[in-house]
Amino acid sequence: MKTITLPQPVRLLSPLGWTVFIGILLAVGVLVPVLNLWVPVGHALHMSDFAVSLIGKIMCYAMCALAMDLIWGYTGILSLGHGLFFALGGYAMGMYLMRQIGTDGNYKSELPDFMVFLDWKTLPWHWYFSDSFIATLLLVVLAPGLLALVFGYFAFRSRIKGVYFSIITQAMTFAFMLLFFRNETGFGGNNGFTDFKRILGVPMATPAMRMLLFVLTGMCLLGCYLAARWLVQSKYGRVLQAIRDAESRVMFSGYSPLPYKLSIWVISAMICGVAGALYVPQVGIINPSEMSPANSIEIAIWAAVGGRATLIGPIVGAFMVNGAKSWLTVVAPEYWLFVLGALFIAVTLYMPQGVLGVFIHIKKRLKRSHGESS
Amino acid sequence: MKAIVWFGMCCLYGLSFSVAHALTSQQVHDIVSGETDTRIESLQKTLAQADAQTAVFLQALADDAVLVAGQQVLIVRDNKATDAVTNQETALPAGAENVVSNNRMRGEIDSALAALQLLSPDDALRMKAAQALLSEPDPSKKILLEKAIAAEKNPAVSQLLLLAQAAIDITNNDAKVRLAAAKALGNSKTPNTQLLLNQQMTQETDAAVKAQMLASLADIKSALAWGERLGALFTGLSLGSILLLVALGLAITYGLMGVINMAHGELMMVGAYATYVVQAFFRKHMGGAFDYYLVAALPVAFLSAALVGALVERAVLRHLYGRPLETLLATWGISLILMQTVRTLFGAQNVGVENPSWMSGGVEVLVNLSLPWNRLFIVLFALLVLAGVALLISQTRLGLFVRGVTQNRAMASCMGVNTARIDTYAFALGSGIAGLAGCALSQIGNVGPDLGQGYIVDAFMVVVLGGVGQLAGTVYAALGLGVLNKWLEGWTGAVLAKIAVLVFIIIFIQKRPQGLFAMKGRSAEA
Amino acid sequence: MTPDLMSQGVERLEKHKFKQVQALASGGRHASFSRIHQPGELDLAHGRILYLEDVNVSFEGFKAINNLSLDIGVGELRCIIGPNGAGKTTMMDIITGKTKPDSGQVFFGSTIDLLRHNEPDIAQLGIGRKFQKPTVFEQLSVFENLELALKTGKGVKASMLFKLNGQQQDRLSEVLHTIHLENHLLRQAGNLSHGQKQWLEIGMLLMQDPKLLLLDEPVAGMTDQETERTAELFLSLKGKHSLMVVEHDMAFIRQIADTVTVLCDGSVLAQGSFDDVQDDERVIEVYLGR
Repeated sequence: MKTITLPQPVRLLSPLGWTVFIGILLAVGVLVPVLNLWVPVGHALHMSDFAVSLIGKIMCYAMCALAMDLIWGYTGILSLGHGLFFALGGYAMGMYLMRQIGTDGNYKSELPDFMVFLDWKTLPWHWYFSDSFIATLLLVVLAPGLLALVFGYFAFRSRIKGVYFSIITQAMTFAFMLLFFRNETGFGGNNGFTDFKRILGVPMATPAMRMLLFVLTGMCLLGCYLAARWLVQSKYGRVLQAIRDAESRVMFSGYSPLPYKLSIWVISAMICGVAGALYVPQVGIINPSEMSPANSIEIAIWAAVGGRATLIGPIVGAFMVNGAKSWLTVVAPEYWLFVLGALFIAVTLYMPQGVLGVFIHIKKRLKRSHGESS
Repeated sequence: MKAIVWFGMCCLYGLSFSVAHALTSQQVHDIVSGETDTRIESLQKTLAQADAQTAVFLQALADDAVLVAGQQVLIVRDNKATDAVTNQETALPAGAENVVSNNRMRGEIDSALAALQLLSPDDALRMKAAQALLSEPDPSKKILLEKAIAAEKNPAVSQLLLLAQAAIDITNNDAKVRLAAAKALGNSKTPNTQLLLNQQMTQETDAAVKAQMLASLADIKSALAWGERLGALFTGLSLGSILLLVALGLAITYGLMGVINMAHGELMMVGAYATYVVQAFFRKHMGGAFDYYLVAALPVAFLSAALVGALVERAVLRHLYGRPLETLLATWGISLILMQTVRTLFGAQNVGVENPSWMSGGVEVLVNLSLPWNRLFIVLFALLVLAGVALLISQTRLGLFVRGVTQNRAMASCMGVNTARIDTYAFALGSGIAGLAGCALSQIGNVGPDLGQGYIVDAFMVVVLGGVGQLAGTVYAALGLGVLNKWLEGWTGAVLAKIAVLVFIIIFIQKRPQGLFAMKGRSAEA
Repeated sequence: MTPDLMSQGVERLEKHKFKQVQALASGGRHASFSRIHQPGELDLAHGRILYLEDVNVSFEGFKAINNLSLDIGVGELRCIIGPNGAGKTTMMDIITGKTKPDSGQVFFGSTIDLLRHNEPDIAQLGIGRKFQKPTVFEQLSVFENLELALKTGKGVKASMLFKLNGQQQDRLSEVLHTIHLENHLLRQAGNLSHGQKQWLEIGMLLMQDPKLLLLDEPVAGMTDQETERTAELFLSLKGKHSLMVVEHDMAFIRQIADTVTVLCDGSVLAQGSFDDVQDDERVIEVYLGR
């Protein structure tokens, strides 16, 4: 019997991959702080505060796109409600930041401004631990995670799939948006939270703090990327792809899809929650419109534009789409929605594998022609 | 000279006072000249001694037909001048000036005229005046009211007058009077009386009176309860009929064709804007026939939405059949484009669409239940559209082809059916119905670029709940959800009711993923 | 010592081992009474691995399965034949848990009630199924497909931390060799030919190491040579595993079958050896033709 050499277990990243990774790590952690804080303003290489905050914001979006790739690209579950998990993480951090304002608000009261405005005398129960940073960090992960667990358990257990599932996630985020718009819910109503002053006692509006948040976001993004890559390359990742391609076959091979779907759904929700928590201090505001169905659908388009089931693609897609949005909404704001709508159509019709798919296609073509010619 | 004239006038006034109940020229003069406050005071005083001539005079005041020339007050109608006091025809003196009344004065004049109806010879007018006084009690009319009660012969009107008196007495200083009034008011089973009693109860100090007020309130409440229940049921049915119209188009495109169309709301918006355009056209070019603009608007809305739908199907959806998630995203992109197009063409604000006159107002079924005509018509319209669609699908060749193509495309194609064209027709039909829904919505709500966004989630919920493949499911789901939503609203308020309905659907789908009415057996999706 | 004597000896040895295993399962005694009953464990002491009794299923008024009673012996290779619509695939759906019958009993061994389990559980209990249409994971490679089917822990944590050990690698190589796809190890399964996909699916079934294999038209679309190889494979599996094969290819069935069952209109029409069934009047009328 001829011995067959089985493929070796894949490494996390190839040597080239590690080089690029380290490069980006250094760029985020060292280069950008230098360019922004040390290089003087007006110098050609100076990186403006605006650029820093924009890129920081887009990195948070990129984390959401990564999370979307895990459940849509690899598991085939299109969620139109991931913006909800993002917003929940953001609100958790927002509560902490509101408490950190302390007595420096408009009403000079221990309670946040909006509560004084509503004539409330004490903190509601869901604000009890919001002055503890540790508790907030836990809540940032647990709130979206628990919601995802409950929702996912009931949805996947009754084998709701495909478009029905997508529509129900949209209904879920819509319902929460309505809930958070109410003043009585105790989350600031349609104004949300804003006017933050401090984190952990340190003032927020300084360049140093902004840079710290930026670097932190970058590290989280890179970390999530590595973790996602490890997941996807393991047998677990292959089972997910099998569930995406042929769920009944997977069942007949002995795998129960429910724990797999549920676990990746919760992981994806938690990543979005962390992204939201990093987003809020950088933009300085959170309100219920973050939970609108439109926001969640945009996350899906970032993943689709970049290229599903590649992990890098959605990150690239998030940067591309949001970059275009930032540019167009300044230059020609009335055209942005046309471009976005056209993007949805063009990507689904002509680029189902996304931008990365086009690259890979071209690379294959080149390799083939090289192979033929040589 | 002036002094002599003035003295003469005083004598005349003195003489006129002796005639106790007739309109005097002093009264007339006081009402037309001086500060508004004094004028109103004089008016009230005159009312207490009103007679037929007072009514004539006050009506003339309201019609701006009164002129004053020195001390003489004249009423001028059709170029004939009559004296305000004697009603004799006189010549119009030179230098006569118009009497000007500000809004407050006008209000007082109007309410005085209304009160005077209490003494009108016409039964119906007296009844109306009594009801008006009961809904809005005015203590200044008290004396007039007492006079009316004394003179009243008609028992029905008499009853109303007594209730009106009680409505005024409820604010009397004497507790005994208030007690009697509170008891009497229990017989007036209207929301206005309910409001009055509630208002007075907050200021009431006497325990016995308060208790009586509560008792009367309970009486009124139980009488009004039926009206409220039926009212809630009707609004539920109305909402349900709207959901049905909205979801019917979606049921065709998703239920029959498997296409998830996130732009469905925007197709409705197209229909609504088409109605707006037709209305503007009628207003500009066919003013006389404005009331019939709806007749033209319906086909225009249907066709415009159907055309947009057909275009979307041919250009985009055709290439995405069998890929539902991609269809979802592509149609979302189309919805963005449609919304932005409308914003560019018509502006981002809402545009005004008026009901034609035969749709305005309503029919009063109970005291507190008034069914608006526009909503009634929409319920009827929804049922008609449903019947039309059902007939189309089940009885016509087109319907047969649509059913065939959606159940087994390859086979239908082998039979010579042009599947591509049928797809376009079916999608255009669903879109056209969305356009009709938009036309209906324009009659009861605002028309703006985000008209569709408000209904899309509800529409999908109806389709998910009702199950695919059969129209019956859509009907039951739409009506059921509408009624459930409105019924819950009465308990928890609009937002929580909506959330509760969404949660209910999510839970229902756990138990029964295929919806209310589903196709059994080996279906394509299973 | 001649080669055929050697092979006879090997056969006898296997039979003896098999009996021993059975004897152990029954606590050292062959009699069924006073045997220690392990609930949840497969009990083959009665010699029957699959047992259907009076199963009924209707779809929207159409009776797909009508009082079907069938049983398969341990180590047997049973072939199921019958006209279209006879209920062959529906019967497999019921056994594997995809469809719930309206009435009747389905037992795996003498103790496991299959109606109480769902598809993944039934697969883990040791029933493997090959579908009519080759169902492999198109986006994964041949290697990954086989690795997924490997008989090992199927939970989330197990999958996250999974690494192929030496024994599993050997098994994988062995199966690859059996299904003749050694040269296509890293090819995406979606790019294989129809026959190759059938083989891959059979390979995945083998990786699962099931006790009962349900094979729905395994040689449909295969060349003669591939069909021959498949027959050899099934014959080699018989004994250690039990097989139920649904097929229309009569030559193939003649080659492999121990017993043939004919299904018609949802119930058993005839059962027996291939020749008996071939000569049965009713079967000729309904299915085989003259």
